[in-house]
Formats: sequence, C-alpha cells, structure tokens
Amino acid sequence: MGNSLTGDLPPGFLQRSKDWLRRELFASRVDGLLSLVLIGLILAALFGLLRWALLQANWAVIQLNSTLLCIGRYPIEHQWRLWLLTFLLAATAGASWGLLRSCRRADRPGLLWPRNDRIAAAVLLAVCLITPPALGLSLAVAGRWLAIAGLLLAMRWLLGRLGRRLGADAIKWFALVWPVTYLLGMVLIGGGFGLTPVASAEWGGLMLTLLQASFAILLCFPLGVMLALGRRSNYPLLRWGSVIYIEFIRGAPLITLLFLGQNILGFLLPGGLAPERVWRAAWVLTIFAAAYLAEAVRSGLAAIPNGQMEAARSLGLSTAQGLQHVVLPQALRVALPVMVGQFISLLQDTTLLSLIGLMELLGTARTVMANPDFLGHYGEVYLTLALLFWCCCAALGLGSRALERRLDPHHLPNL
Amino acid sequence: MLVLAALLLGPLAACAPEDGSGVQSQKMAAIQSRGKLICGVEGTLPGFSFVEPDGRYSGLDVDVCKAVAAALLGDASKVEYRNLNSSERFAALASGEVDLLSRNTTETLSRDAAGGNGLSFAPTVFYDGQGVMVPVASGIKGLKDLAGKPICVESGTTTELNLADRMRELNVAYTPLKFQTSDQTYAAYLGARCVAVTSDRSQLAGKRSSFPNADAHALLPEVMSKEPLSPASVNSDPAWADALRWSIYALMQAEEWGLTQANVDAKLSEAKANPNLADLRRFLGVEGDFGKQLGLPSDFAFKAIKAVGNYGEMFDRNVGPASKLKLERGINRQWKEGGLIYAPPFR
Repeated sequence: MGNSLTGDLPPGFLQRSKDWLRRELFASRVDGLLSLVLIGLILAALFGLLRWALLQANWAVIQLNSTLLCIGRYPIEHQWRLWLLTFLLAATAGASWGLLRSCRRADRPGLLWPRNDRIAAAVLLAVCLITPPALGLSLAVAGRWLAIAGLLLAMRWLLGRLGRRLGADAIKWFALVWPVTYLLGMVLIGGGFGLTPVASAEWGGLMLTLLQASFAILLCFPLGVMLALGRRSNYPLLRWGSVIYIEFIRGAPLITLLFLGQNILGFLLPGGLAPERVWRAAWVLTIFAAAYLAEAVRSGLAAIPNGQMEAARSLGLSTAQGLQHVVLPQALRVALPVMVGQFISLLQDTTLLSLIGLMELLGTARTVMANPDFLGHYGEVYLTLALLFWCCCAALGLGSRALERRLDPHHLPNL
Repeated sequence: MLVLAALLLGPLAACAPEDGSGVQSQKMAAIQSRGKLICGVEGTLPGFSFVEPDGRYSGLDVDVCKAVAAALLGDASKVEYRNLNSSERFAALASGEVDLLSRNTTETLSRDAAGGNGLSFAPTVFYDGQGVMVPVASGIKGLKDLAGKPICVESGTTTELNLADRMRELNVAYTPLKFQTSDQTYAAYLGARCVAVTSDRSQLAGKRSSFPNADAHALLPEVMSKEPLSPASVNSDPAWADALRWSIYALMQAEEWGLTQANVDAKLSEAKANPNLADLRRFLGVEGDFGKQLGLPSDFAFKAIKAVGNYGEMFDRNVGPASKLKLERGINRQWKEGGLIYAPPFR
C-alpha cells in the first residue's frame, strides 16, 4: 500500500515534505516541542469529537427532522416549488461560476480562487454524494440532490466553454439573471401568479434563514450606500437625516429593534394592515444592517483622496458621474472586506429571529429539541446548525475573496 | 382588512334584529370570517407545544387550540400557530395578533385584572408547581428526608426562594447548591453533587426524560408553589371568553362522563335514540341551545371531543404516564378522584 501510494507521487515529494516539516514546524527545539504539544491537543480534540459523533451521538434526531430543518412547516404538497427553485438556483450559480472562470479580465488573468477551483467542484460533488445516505434520505430525494449538483457542475462547464466566445460583456448581462431568479424564487415560495399562496407563517428552517439574510443583504446595500453618501453630503437636511438614522440604529441592540417591529407595529397599524411577522423582521434586519453598512462604505469613501473627484470634475464629469465612475468603484473595493464581514454577521444575526418566535433555523432546531422523542440531543442539533452556518458563511467568504482578487488593481499578471 | 371590516360592520350588526344567536362577539365574527383561529403557543416546550418531524404542531397547549378551533369552526386543523416568547405574549394578545393564548401562562391577579394585563383566563388545563426530583436509589420519600443534604437549584429564580420558604416552614436545614443556568444545575445533579434538584414539575419531568437512565429518578409528591397554567383571551370580549371557557369545560365534563374520542360517536347516537338521557342530549347538542347561548355551533362539545379526546386523554397523550414526560395526574385528576379538574354543570 505504502509503496503504491508513494509511487504515484511526483519524485522528490517526500523529500520536499520532510524539508517543509523541518523548516516550518521543527526548526528549533522550542518549535518542535510546541508543535508536538499542539498536534497532540488537536488530535485529542478530534479524537474526542469523532468518538462522540460516531459512537455516542444519536443522529436520528437530524435524520428524522431533516425536512423540518431545511424548510420548516412548508406544506408537503407544494414542496415541488422549492425543488424547482433549488434547481433554478443551482443552474444560475453554475452558470455564474463558469462565466467568471472563463471570462478573466484582460488585465488580470488570475484565477478565481488562489487554488484551482476544481477542488471546490469536487468538494461540492462529494458533499452531495455523502450527505443523503448519511441522512437516510430516500433514493428519490438523494437522486434529486445529485441532479442538482450535476446541473450546477454542468452549467459551470457549459458556460465555461461558451463564456470565452461570448466575451466579457456576458458577465454584465448575466448579472441581471440573478434578480430575475430571486423574484421568481419569491413567487415560487410565497405563491401568487396562479400558484397557491403559502402563508409566510409556514416558511421556516434553513430556507427562512437564507431568505431573511438574502433579502436584508440585497436591500441594505443600496440603502447603506445612499446613507453613506448622505452623511458626506453638503446639504444639511440630508446629512443630519443620515447621521440621525445611523446613530439611532447603531445605538439600539438588534433584538430591541426586532421586538419593536413585532409588537409595536401591531398597535400602531390597525390589525391586518401591518405586514406579516416574517416581513417585519426582514425589514428590521435591512434597516439595521444598512446603518452599519453605511459606516463601512463611508470608511471606503474616506480612503479615496479628494484629488480623484477633482480630477473627474476637471475632466468634465458631473458630481454624480464622478461618484458613479471614479469614486464609488474605488471606495466600494476598499470597503468590500468590511462589507462582507457585515453580511456574514447579518446571516448569523438571523438566529435572533428565533427569540421573536419565527421558525428560522435556530427556532426550528429549538422546537425539534422540545419534541419528547428527541429530548436531550442538544449536541447533535447544535453541531448540525454550526456546520450549516459555517457552510453558508464559508461560501460568502470564498465568494468575496474571489471578488476581491478580481477587483484588486495590484494583482497584475506576472510580467 | 378583516378587522377593519369587522369594525365597520360591528355597529350595523348590533342594530340588526336579533338573529337568534343573540351573541355579539367581534373576535368570534373575525375568526369565523377568517376561517381559522390564530393561537399563540410557546413552541419549544416538551409535552406542551413543539413541532413533529412532519411539521404538525403537537402538545397539551396545542390540543387546547385544536379543541377550540373544532368547537368554533368545526375543524381542528383550522389553526394558525404563532410562537410567542414570554415577553411578547401579552402584547400579542392585546394587539389582536393572536385570538387565544395557550402558552402555559400562570394565572395571577395582576394578569387577570383590568388594571393589569387585562386578560381573561379560561379554566386551568395544567396545575403545575415547583417539585423536587431525587434518585430513586437515595430512598428519599419526602422533603423532610432532605435534612442536611445538598439540593441543586438555579440561582436568582423564584424557585430558589420557594425552596427556602418551604424548608424554613418545615424547619428542615439543607445546603442549597446554586447554579447560573439550568444546564449546570442538572449536570451537577447527575454528577451526584447534590441528592435533589428542584424546579417546576413539568420541567423536571422533561429533563428527566432526557436523562440516560430516566427511571432511576423520581419526583417527590410535595408541590411547593402554585402554577395554574391557563389559556387566556382579552378582557374586552366576554362572549369570546365564555365560548373559550366552556369549550375547555366540555373536555373536562367529557372525562367525568366517560366520553372519549373513540366512543363519542356511539354516545351521540345513543343520546339521539334515547330521549331520557337529558344531560347527555343537552351536552352533545341534540336538544337545548347551549351552543347558541355561547355563539357556538350546537355540537361544539362533540366536535371538540372528537378532535382531541377528553381532558384525561389529552393529558395522558402529551404529558401523562404513557408519554415520554411520565407525569402523574396528581392534582390534575378529576374532582371525584380528589383532583382539581372540575367542570361546572352544563345546564
């Protein structure tokens, strides 16, 4: 076994590994001791976790409640709409992935990710192969997940081929597909246009978490940029208005605002006129995130020297044009890492919705743990939740780093 | 919109000639025109309200919602559940977001009073109270046996104060071991750092069922505090409160008379066939106008029992000895067996 393994490796690999180990981990006695202790601790923790997960934990609670955790109490007869939506999203995501891979910018031919993104594709496929049997899903459902992963990878391959022929403009046009998909998704989930409406009270689980987070992220971005510009504006009403908004929202904890939205609106507006609880929460999240995003954008704006705007004006651009073409693109690029940080924390803030009785991922998990059949399985449920959140946040982080690399003017081709 | 319509139509309806029912309730009219009851529940409480893997709500509190929906609308599935936390439950009821609060709420003076929370309480569906859990092997049978022993308790709760008061009354010295969270408290108990742990009996039972060896622990018979958990509606609609009250009493009366989910159909035909069964005929709506007096359909009691069974069946299914919680009926027995469950006469 060992021979065949090493036989496949490129020559000198073992020697280089040894060199690396010696150089990085065992350079001195202190380093070596530290490495041994740390490796021992990591192995012990890993061993403990694995022993618990494989021998002691009872994963039936996740297996039996996997549908509940994914989509909450969404009516079973309308579930096909969510499958359709997942297929749509997979196709759109795969197409975007392929396009971004193939249409490298002329001045920056670097890859999307530092390592070849084939690793990401392989990981995706592996997850779709391993998860359904691990969850004990039926063959039909497992097949659907595999088809979804296959569609994503097929679109990635197809658009990767087509993209080179279509040219860089394809990306700009393709960006419009996302809002259309999003609106279509809203219709599929909520009904209307001939589809039976499904009350928002029945949305739940991971679906509701992602819906809330994506809604807030999409809407808080334009709102935040406008607030940041408003705060730097010379027009006093706009400036004060923005300052008051930002400082008021940042001065109140999110949970307070959520309670305010849930309880006070019912008194202020006659019953039935106030939006559904789910939408109230989504708007509160949006309003909250916009205030923080505005400050992130403002820091980006502050990093751009005045000379940029002055140069734009002297070239004959109006202030609006100067902002749009010169200042904002640079400012947003500077603010991007902070903004993505905001988005990730926004995604995690959605767990607070469980405290106001919404059945998002954590709320659903809490109700699952209250089922007398599954009492006491906190570890299994919380670990699953942590994994799910980690996957979502890791995807956001990876995407943003790819975007950063794409936009980074200093990452020039090796000359 | 519905409420707006109800507000506009309310006065008109009041001017209209008596239509026979004689009951005016905006809330009931709103529920009927909406076609479903909005019921506020806790949502994450073992045995009382939680969601099954297939998405159905289940539990004792949930069964109350179902029974009321069956009585008023004739269909136990016409309920929309709202998970409410303890701080927003009264606001949600007052603002009309929910029609009914079935969220193990302790009935107290300030919650009932018009100058307080202004609720109207329906009959208590679960008499909870602070209890004590001990390992069966310890041989402890009552509070007095705890003299000189360490007792685990969550600090800063009324539980801690109740324990101190009761033990002082009994003149029993003990060592309180206080913990910040309930998880720590039960971990210490399972780690044998104390011989007893105290909390509400329903919570103790829930925790016990999650223990690796649940049968090795028992609840002492003593109950140290009064926690009558009752459904509630708003004070401002007495007709709705009455309908609610008697829908729940119907479930208790059904147990007293031996009507069950399984035999209520047979009992109905029996009542229809035999004119001498006057009580049963009135109760099941074969004769008389109990339903009409309450603004409910005449067969409201039948529908409620058909949907969830009588009170005893509801108790057994959700929290009783047959369930995972394994709670004894205790003071939640019928009055004839020495308990507190007592429905006033259906006359």
